[in-house]
Amino acid sequence: MIPSTETIAAIRFGYGFRPGQTLPRDAEGLIASLTGGAAFAPDLGGPTLAERGAIFLRSHIRRKEKRPREEIREANQAIGSMFKADTARRVVTAVRSPHGFFERLAWFWGDHFAVAGRSFQQRSLVGRFEADAIRPHLTGSFRDMLRATTMHPAMLLFLNQNTSMGPNSVPGVNRNRGLNENLAREIIELHTLGVGAGYSQTDVRQFAELLTGLGFDRRLAQTQFVPRRAEPGPETVLGVTYGSHGRAELADIESALDALAAHPATARHIARKLATHFVSDAPSEDLINHVEAAFRRHDGALIPVYTALLEHPDAWSSFGQKVKQPFDFVVSSIRATDPTPDEIAIYLDPTHRPLRVRRPLVRMNQIVYVPPGPQGWPEEAEAWITPQGLSERIDWASRLGRKVAARTDPRDFLRTALADHMSDETEFAATRAAERWEGIALVLASPEFNRR
Amino acid sequence: MTDTFLSSTPSPTRRGFLKGALGVACSAAASPLLTPVTVAAAPGENRLVIIVLRGAMDGLGVFAPYGDRDFAALRPGIGGTPDDRLIDLDGRFGVDRRLGALIPLWSAGELGIAHAVSTPYRGKRSHFDGQDLLEAGVEDADRTQNGWLNRALGHLNDARAETAIAVGREDMLLMRGPNPSQTWAPGTRLVLENDERRLLQMIYAKDPLFAKAAATAEFLSGRDGKVKGGRDAEAIARYAARRLNEEARIAAFSIGGWDTHASQPHALQRPLKDLSRALIALREQLGGHWGRTMVIAMTEFGRTAAENGNRGTDHGTGGAALLAGGALKGGRVFGDWPGLKTGDLFEDRDLMPTQDVRHYPAWALSALFGIDRTAIEAKVFPGLDMGPRPSFIA
Repeated sequence: MIPSTETIAAIRFGYGFRPGQTLPRDAEGLIASLTGGAAFAPDLGGPTLAERGAIFLRSHIRRKEKRPREEIREANQAIGSMFKADTARRVVTAVRSPHGFFERLAWFWGDHFAVAGRSFQQRSLVGRFEADAIRPHLTGSFRDMLRATTMHPAMLLFLNQNTSMGPNSVPGVNRNRGLNENLAREIIELHTLGVGAGYSQTDVRQFAELLTGLGFDRRLAQTQFVPRRAEPGPETVLGVTYGSHGRAELADIESALDALAAHPATARHIARKLATHFVSDAPSEDLINHVEAAFRRHDGALIPVYTALLEHPDAWSSFGQKVKQPFDFVVSSIRATDPTPDEIAIYLDPTHRPLRVRRPLVRMNQIVYVPPGPQGWPEEAEAWITPQGLSERIDWASRLGRKVAARTDPRDFLRTALADHMSDETEFAATRAAERWEGIALVLASPEFNRR
Repeated sequence: MTDTFLSSTPSPTRRGFLKGALGVACSAAASPLLTPVTVAAAPGENRLVIIVLRGAMDGLGVFAPYGDRDFAALRPGIGGTPDDRLIDLDGRFGVDRRLGALIPLWSAGELGIAHAVSTPYRGKRSHFDGQDLLEAGVEDADRTQNGWLNRALGHLNDARAETAIAVGREDMLLMRGPNPSQTWAPGTRLVLENDERRLLQMIYAKDPLFAKAAATAEFLSGRDGKVKGGRDAEAIARYAARRLNEEARIAAFSIGGWDTHASQPHALQRPLKDLSRALIALREQLGGHWGRTMVIAMTEFGRTAAENGNRGTDHGTGGAALLAGGALKGGRVFGDWPGLKTGDLFEDRDLMPTQDVRHYPAWALSALFGIDRTAIEAKVFPGLDMGPRPSFIA
């Protein structure tokens, strides 16, 4: 049975229903909601980059600079708290926002341009990345988003661009240092053309040489271009030569990024990823073709791309093929319980123990801002509904059920959470459970609530 | 599997039946309601356990070369001799006393040390990069999203998801990849009271992905024994051994806490206790299977040869790996000792690695499971030259 358009719009393209919140009912409504999304969470990024840069620097160990360990430990503790606060804000923003599609797209693009906070230094910066580089461009163009993500200190740090220098540049020769191809490779393989598209290893290496000089000032966490570090001579990427006047400059890097953004393979790669994230682990060629055509026709302007995704019949059929990732599962379950302002405050408080959101996400193997690598989170349902993963979902469902049981009737909850998208079995189980919490837990643990 | 699951599932149209079934909940509770996992033929009887020691274990501190004439000068505060904090192994090396429970294994030839080993990782000394390389098993770990143990599964006869298990909460890169395996953290709460269990079974019945995951979860949690939490290394080791006594042949878990930048003798207390208890638990729980088991405990890199100003050590290069099990010909320190003289150190600061640590798991895979050497050198550990058959294999 295919649920109503309204249900699909809320569950497949948003974070599900929340009592009292009016949500977009169809494709048109979803597109219209994007305008409000950008303005909804001005404080998502927390401390500014400059403030983060100051902490970053204190946590940085320089071997020559004999600083007391105590100072570094304190800085690392400060980063740890900031990182927890970043996580809580990320969850609560998605819980509170009535613009679920915007939030889902922000997650999608943050995952497409994945940066991971594994080290303390990375953790000091990742919380800013989405606010600075993704959200401002989410309704703009892919080209601008590519520039912004490539130039962000969190990306430059994560993909080692800061340690890359032209092997024949003066500091390269003097310090015997050379290229780090990491950023160049991931931009081509993951962010734009995609693995297996028409590029060669020479293109990757030439692009890495072109990117030399790009980095960030560790003192200010501010992006900078240091011409001394740039590899002398021009570079040729995908048949276009940059810096033919002697040495490439920042403008040449931007031109090369623009060319990658405009490449036909990029249109197809992005189309496939959007279709896979929102519609099906194995999307139809027809859907991919349709989104790809819009991307190309509108030069990567993103609103027409989203419109193409939503206007295709696949977007409103084949419901239930996707499984919510743990973050989406946790967010949508909290939304369904209609959290009170007090509860929201507890979710935001990183020191509060009961039912805080970080630990269940850790246990479900999706730590916010720590994807497994530059490739981002896995999409396949099988990667998430594992014995361990499902047990943790059941555990979370039981805890949340107990938490809200006093003010929630499972029969109402069933309708709030699933609307017209419930199986007879789940309806039966939820209404026949011996206790209220159990009925709520069964709804949250059901395949319908976990699929979209 | 879902067939049996479905056949015992009450449907909403059979509410009368369900009411009746609830009345006999006691007898129903005695048998597992979720379908148990089938036990399959496993690839032989040999067993391999990989322990990742996260944080860079100080090989020079835990397995100290007290017989090296330069050792005492490098470690004036934390070095030690068999007269104080070490137990002598072979006149050259001594083990930290807190691993004393392992001495009977050493005497029985069931414990060995591979010294002056490292992965190919050089220069940057980052925990994350180092652990990625250790688990990915390839030099360009950035490019690999799967682990060497997962790739090895692809070369095992009749490997199934049940053949390999990662124990603990983390998603180990070591086990990540295209070949199916299991992951379980003992102590995971799977609170299914009788009603809830029955109702869950009903709502998952028509969804094979959920039904299978739930059934496997119940099976795996049934192996927990009297486990309190999932973090305790001993509990994890016992769980791993229980699965190895059943259909698993490969298990992996990690023990953290080895990053000892300050007050190292004190800081090593907990990780040494964890390691010791985990190994003893494996031997006890495996019983007769211990004789066909090899355990390899590896770390991302070693630590500086000299102690620092805080009675600790910093990130280094060459380190040590621990080998154990009845399938080991141990009681010896393996590897070529490079010495600790100034000119012998790597970059004038670290123990010089004289052997690739991947050599040990590579030969273990070959000896225990008969994986073809060319496959190991090409697919499991690309770029590794396994060299002649080593003496650590019984």
